[in-house]
Amino acid sequence: MSSAISSRKQLTNKTAAVGLRTVFESVIHVVLLACAAVSIITTVGIVFVLLAESLQFFREVSVWEFLTGTRWSPLLKPQHFGILPLFCGTLLVAGGSALLAIPLGLGTAIYLSEYASVTVREIVKPLLEVLAGIPSVVYGYLAVVFVSPVIRDTIESADLFNAANACIVVGIMILPMIVSLSEDVLRSVPYSLREGAYALGATKLDVTLGVILPAAMSGIMASCLLAIARAVGETMAVTLAAGATPKMTLNPFEGIQTMTAYIVQVSQGDTPAGTLEYRTIFAVGLALFVSTLVLNIAARWVLLRVQEKYE
Amino acid sequence: MSLTELALGDRPTSMTETSSQEIPLRVSSAKTRKKNLRSAAEIAVRAKKVETRNIDFFYGSNQALHGISLDIHEHCVTALIGPSGCGKSTFLRCLNRMNDMIDETVVRGDILLDGVDIYQRGTDVVELRKRVGMVFQKSNPFPKSIFENVAYGPRVAGVRKRGVLDEIVEKSLRQAALWDEVSHRLNDSALNLSGGQQQRLCIARALATGPDVLLMDEPASALDPKSTAAVEDLIFELKDTYTIVIVTHNMQQAARVSDQTAFFYEGRLIEVGATNELFTRPKEKQTEDYITGRFG
Repeated sequence: MSSAISSRKQLTNKTAAVGLRTVFESVIHVVLLACAAVSIITTVGIVFVLLAESLQFFREVSVWEFLTGTRWSPLLKPQHFGILPLFCGTLLVAGGSALLAIPLGLGTAIYLSEYASVTVREIVKPLLEVLAGIPSVVYGYLAVVFVSPVIRDTIESADLFNAANACIVVGIMILPMIVSLSEDVLRSVPYSLREGAYALGATKLDVTLGVILPAAMSGIMASCLLAIARAVGETMAVTLAAGATPKMTLNPFEGIQTMTAYIVQVSQGDTPAGTLEYRTIFAVGLALFVSTLVLNIAARWVLLRVQEKYE
Repeated sequence: MSLTELALGDRPTSMTETSSQEIPLRVSSAKTRKKNLRSAAEIAVRAKKVETRNIDFFYGSNQALHGISLDIHEHCVTALIGPSGCGKSTFLRCLNRMNDMIDETVVRGDILLDGVDIYQRGTDVVELRKRVGMVFQKSNPFPKSIFENVAYGPRVAGVRKRGVLDEIVEKSLRQAALWDEVSHRLNDSALNLSGGQQQRLCIARALATGPDVLLMDEPASALDPKSTAAVEDLIFELKDTYTIVIVTHNMQQAARVSDQTAFFYEGRLIEVGATNELFTRPKEKQTEDYITGRFG
């Protein structure tokens, strides 16, 4: 009886304990907010620095020249500030690696999701995660000491550092991403659709190509776009494997330079900070950032469309 | 009375007549249906379409069916009833070997379709499933157009000519009593149809492969009463052309649409008989308890 009365008191009277609890709750709230704010502030900060430094750069070099110029030689006289050779290098590596990784990755994903037994899947999936965990500098090193000699044995005119090296190792790097994302999408196609198709006398291939793949297509496209974004942003392997000669070429056996590799070259070199040459890396960084952002947004847009379709 | 006369039944509904009727009429026919259920004698004179002999079924070490022997007669509706987990769906899925897709399952005994064992070595499962179609509890249209859903079965069977496909699609949709509702929008996504329409689309899809037998696993359990009535009417009309086996939780439904009812309990077939008799004069105590709602 008395406890009932005292608990009734606590509802109305603000005791010290209750006050402390309220304060504690708001402290937790603020701490968690601060955690979330770190990533937001960092993003905003990075974009701000990129924009500010690029603005300085574009005071001396016109945006038009930067975007349409076909020669890139900011460190040598006469200086040229056309980003197209770097963009072309990035495109070559991203495109080449996608050409390699998308068919291979999609094949693997279909195999794992539709054909492989549970045992095989349980062995292959962790192995793929190991592949994803190998540091990219190791891939770059492998490209130079292993892939490049093989390519030069086959094609004699190939440069020691060439785009094909980079395409192959970057392709292998983004492979686990395509496999794992695509497999998730394929497996998320409702089991009832498979059953429905099998019950109509469809073979495994009929079901996979005619029902599962079309139903999963948007998700698969999104996973490919994300993988390409990853290839565009890949740095270490391409810096080691593809060379350092900005060039407008689509020949994969020549040495090239990607946007990322150029940024490494300047940050590592003895270019004095604050000069025009130094500021080029911010402009290139901004271009890179915009490229991957567009790819990521495209992937997200494609994914949203698939969700609409299912609901 | 000859077999053909029996097969045509006491409702002379040819397909063309059906399609010209308005849909609401069909729903109101519900009252007359009960009279038209076939009696034990009428069922017995019909050929055995599917015969099962001592079917045992195992999920791993767990035995789900114990020695089921059940005859399914041509142009009759056979209802499988029983509480959840009694094995009625498992039994149904044995009839077109859908259980093959589940790992570690074992079937023992014989299942004969027109006298041929469907589990014997060398059976073409793809061919079997074309002859024994299936409709599932939850409608599962493919994320394709209405036309492509119905044309899927014929397409994987190798039909390529557009004219032939058009014909099959129209015929199947008419049989499934969906043609009048969708004929003007065959290229719309099947996912835009209502739940009841989706289920009738799945029935049309199953009919398009030209099966003899249609298996239905609780085809109306996810539908509203009006759509349920439409599907039940459909089942009733289809039995003149097809042999139908339906799993249902709903005893009223079994009593409304089926000629023969089999009661399953804990993986065993407790009793089977003409629906009119089984529901009015059950022979087994367990059947009586179940149909009077004492358990299940």
